[in-house]
Order: sequence, then structure tokens, then C-alpha cells
Amino acid sequence: MKHAKTEIESFASRTGTVSAPRLRADRLCVGYAATKIVHNVDLEANPGEVTILVGPNGCGKSTLLKAMARVLKPMSGAALLDGQSVHAMPTRDLARQLALLPQGPIAPEGLTVHELVSQGRFPHQSLTRQWSADDSRAVTDAMKAADIIEFSDRRVDSLSGGQRQRCWIAMILAQETDVILLDEPTTFLDLKVQVDVMTLLRKVARQKSRTLLVVLHELNIAAMFADRIVIMRDGRLIAQGAPERVITAENLAAGFGLQASVIKDPVTGRPVCLPAIAEPAS
Amino acid sequence: MTKAGWFSLPVLLGGLVLAFGWHIAVGAKTVPLHVVLEALVAYDQSNFDHVVVTDLRLPRAFYAVLVGAALAVAGALMQGVTRNPLAEPGVLGLLTGASLVVVMAVGYFRLVDPAFIPFLAALGATVTAALVWGIAAAAPGGSTPLTLVLAGAAITGFLAAFISLAHLLDQESFDRLRVWLTGTLAGRSTDVLIWALPWLIGGLVLALLLAPQVTALAMGDETAVGLGVDVARVKLLAMLSVISLTAAAVAIAGPMAFVGLVIPHVARILVGADYRAIVPVSAVLGAVYLLVVDIAARMVLAPIEVSTGIVTALLGAPFFVWLVRARL
Repeated sequence: MKHAKTEIESFASRTGTVSAPRLRADRLCVGYAATKIVHNVDLEANPGEVTILVGPNGCGKSTLLKAMARVLKPMSGAALLDGQSVHAMPTRDLARQLALLPQGPIAPEGLTVHELVSQGRFPHQSLTRQWSADDSRAVTDAMKAADIIEFSDRRVDSLSGGQRQRCWIAMILAQETDVILLDEPTTFLDLKVQVDVMTLLRKVARQKSRTLLVVLHELNIAAMFADRIVIMRDGRLIAQGAPERVITAENLAAGFGLQASVIKDPVTGRPVCLPAIAEPAS
Repeated sequence: MTKAGWFSLPVLLGGLVLAFGWHIAVGAKTVPLHVVLEALVAYDQSNFDHVVVTDLRLPRAFYAVLVGAALAVAGALMQGVTRNPLAEPGVLGLLTGASLVVVMAVGYFRLVDPAFIPFLAALGATVTAALVWGIAAAAPGGSTPLTLVLAGAAITGFLAAFISLAHLLDQESFDRLRVWLTGTLAGRSTDVLIWALPWLIGGLVLALLLAPQVTALAMGDETAVGLGVDVARVKLLAMLSVISLTAAAVAIAGPMAFVGLVIPHVARILVGADYRAIVPVSAVLGAVYLLVVDIAARMVLAPIEVSTGIVTALLGAPFFVWLVRARL
């Protein structure tokens, strides 16, 4: 019975006839040792959409993302890709369907951009299946998409923060998965570069109907680029849905403890959060 | 790998052949290179030079090649998996642990059969690795490059004290091991080599198979998981490879310090950050390095021969200091 349901779901997401969630958390609880950090989370991420997780520091959004990417094991509940538990799948098989860009990945000293992006082909290779023309094509496509082809032979450690982040994104694009998880991909970047990175990620989601789940720090950037936004606090979901519905003064107060008014961007129609500043006592 | 990287492999192999020939030619009696070649292709057992070449010098050159390759590859794997530029079997105490168990077993329990030696060395290296990682992980802040190196230094000092103690208590039986304990390629029996060879080949093959995973691991554990690397399994297999390479090297030549530290860094300068290139290049470079060091060990104070391990320590220690200043 359960199996049949799985098949219907994956069929639906393949054909795109019904926008079934590809990635889903089902009453997911995650933590370290005895400390539970994520409590009973139900979450959905759909194909062709950018789903963005926001919340105050330490709310468990990164922990949740790590569990969805099988880096952490759940205490209870499940992280499901097309209805199948990601923790039950062979890790290399999963890596051909789901890619992860963790926070602060390390570029080994001396690695060139081309070598870094080529690492994305790792799950497609084995002892009997070494580097192929298909791998070369995937790497070139990924570097073109991330607009880093001109840096191909440069060393990653010689690039700026924004350029380096594009290299990492190219690496996970070269993995050619339809589901991509990213943990704070814009942290420590200038505003302009943050917008560039998010524009690239949105394009990535629209093309080939990929499912993106992104943890972000910057609330207004999230509101600007999310198709679906999820607010977390103390390991629980406060709200999830379209930004217009979720980014409200009430939810910001409940999620962040932030007094703010929300206005509409006159150009995009997206919600913009304006924090209220207490008048200084005179 | 870069174009320069691919270019460096034939150059290195050429260097290996040259160093090998030079190593055989040098010694108490210099044998001209053409006689070395003659001895190898047209052996004449009535020719004294030919006998010297095949019976004494050829095995010693092979020991240098094998031990150098084993230690360099072990160091490369450890540095990649732990993302610690200072990791190597010597600095983290594995060589001393392996030596201690061998010394105890040979000295007290008379386990002199060469078949046992690699087992004993592997046992010592495994226990030491567990101790060093345990201490480093229990330190405030967990196992970092610094805590690992400090734990390695503490354990090395502690185990070395036991070796000295055993030596003091039983001068006679340990005198035979005295030279071996400084790291030497002289006068080793071929029996030891035969029993160490499976460990060495197994460790090298495993290292070559793991190389692509190690490159992914060098980008961080989470990045590696995302790429489909089974991180726990790769770390365990890498440790197995390191231990069997260390055991083979110690069984053949005793503790040869700093070879595993120096060589992988030189390999990285030559071929970049991909372990698919670093591992084989380290193997060849390590072999060349130990051949050249062993030539120096026999020439510098001739006719007195210095232990090869003393020379690797003399060269490696300043490199270690430079590395700490540059990278930590």
C-alpha cells in the first residue's frame, strides 16, 4: 500500500501533472545526543520552486537541512525524497538525485576551478566507470550556468568570495540532480553578490524543474526570491507558504521576536520587511 | 591534474631509475654504473662487484624504494583524511607505537619469526592511533590539527620512555635492535621483506582506490556526504591502509621519521590538490627521496655509515618547523 503510493507520487513529479512535493519532512525530529533541536517538523519542497528556510540564529534550520540531506540521522520521523526515506537509500544513489552545498565548504589549497567543479561528477563515477564525455559535458554546462567558465584554470583560493560561491554552486550543478539543498549560500557576501547568487539559484530551479531548499539568513533576500518560505523558531515551524502569505507582522513577531511593518515592493509586489526602531530616549 | 602535473610523472619515474642506479653504485667500494647495469642484465657470479650489487646493494635499494613509498603514501592519506597538514605516521606516534610492540615482542617474548613482525607493528600502530585520537578528541575543542599533534608528541615521548627502559633493563638482547630503532636500511634480511610485502602492497592498492574519496573528503565531511561518499567507511579504510603501510615500513626499516610529512607537501606543490595524483606521485617521490637520503647516509661521514632514519630526522625536523610557521 505504502509502496503503491510512492509510485504514484514519483510518477506525478516526473510527469509534472500534479505538483507533488519531491522532498518532504514527515514529523521529523533531529538532534545531537540527548538534545532534540528539531521538533516534529512537516515540510514540503516542490519541483520548479525555491523553498527558503528562515529563522533566528540557533532555531535549528541548518540542523533540519542536514537531516534532509542525510548528514544527520533523525531521532524520529522521516526525510522523504519521492516518498522514500533518504536515510534508507545507498548514499551514492542518493547523491545522483540530491545535492548538498554545506555552509563553509573547504577549497583545498591549490585546487583549480575545473577540478573543483569536476568533483560534482563523483557520484556518477566508479572503478569501472571512469571520466567520460558525459562528465566533461556536465562540467562545462555547470560552469557556463554559473558563469565561471573564464576562471576554469584559476585556483579557487585566488578568487573573491562571490566567485568562489559560484564555483561551489557549479560543483553541485555538475552533480546533475533534480533536488538541491544549500545551507546559507549568501553568507559573508555583498548585497549585490547575494542578489546575483539568488538570481542564479532561481534560474536553476526554473530550468529542468529542479527542487531547491535553501537556508538563508537574510530575511528580505528570502522574501524577494522564495516561491515558498518557511519560518522556524526553537526547532518548530511557525509558518510555511507563499511569501505574501507568510511574511506578515504577526509571523515576524512570532518567529523572530521582531517588531516590524511589512510593505509591498512596488515593482515586484513582494513583501518587504521594515524593522521598527525604538525611539531613543531624549 | 594540470598539464604540468601529468608531465611530472615521467620525469619522476626517470628520476627514480637514476636514483636507483646511483644508490647501487655508491658504497664502501664504488661500483661504476656500467658494471651495475652489467650485474643486472649479465650476472657473473665470479665477479666480486656483481655479487656485491645483487646480494647487498640491490636489496637495500629495494628497501629504500618500498619504505619511502609506503611512508609517503601513509602521510598523504592521513593529511587528506584529517585535513591536517602535519599528520603523518611519525608525528602522530604510530612509528613509535609500532616499534615499541616489536621491541617488546622480540626482546621479551622472543617472537623473532619475521612473519610476526608486521603483525606486531600493525598492532602497535593501531593501539597508538586509538590513544592519540582519543586524547585529541577529549581535549577542549576536540581533535584539531594542534591537539592531534600535541597528543602525538605526548604519546611518542611516553612510548619512547618504555623503549629506553626496556633497553636499560636488558642491554644484551636490545643491542641487536639498537640500530633498527634509529631507522636503517642496512643488513635487513629478505625474510622480513617477504612477510612485509603483502602488507605494503595491500596498503598501497587500498590507498590508490581511496584516492578519489579522499579528494572529496578534503573539502569537508558534509561536502563529501553530499557527493555520496560514505565518510565513516572511507575513514576506516584509510586508517587500515595507513596502519598496514606503517607496519610494513617499520618491519623493514624501523621508525623512519618525517618521510610521510615532507613528501606529500612536495607532491602537492607538483600536482595540486587532487589525491588521484597526490597518492601515486607521493609514492614515487618518497621512493626517490629515501634512495637519495640513503646515499647521503653512506657518503657524508664515509667510511662511517649513518642510520638512514637519523638523516631523515635531520632533514625533516626543520621542514616540520617551517610547516608549522607557514600553515598552522
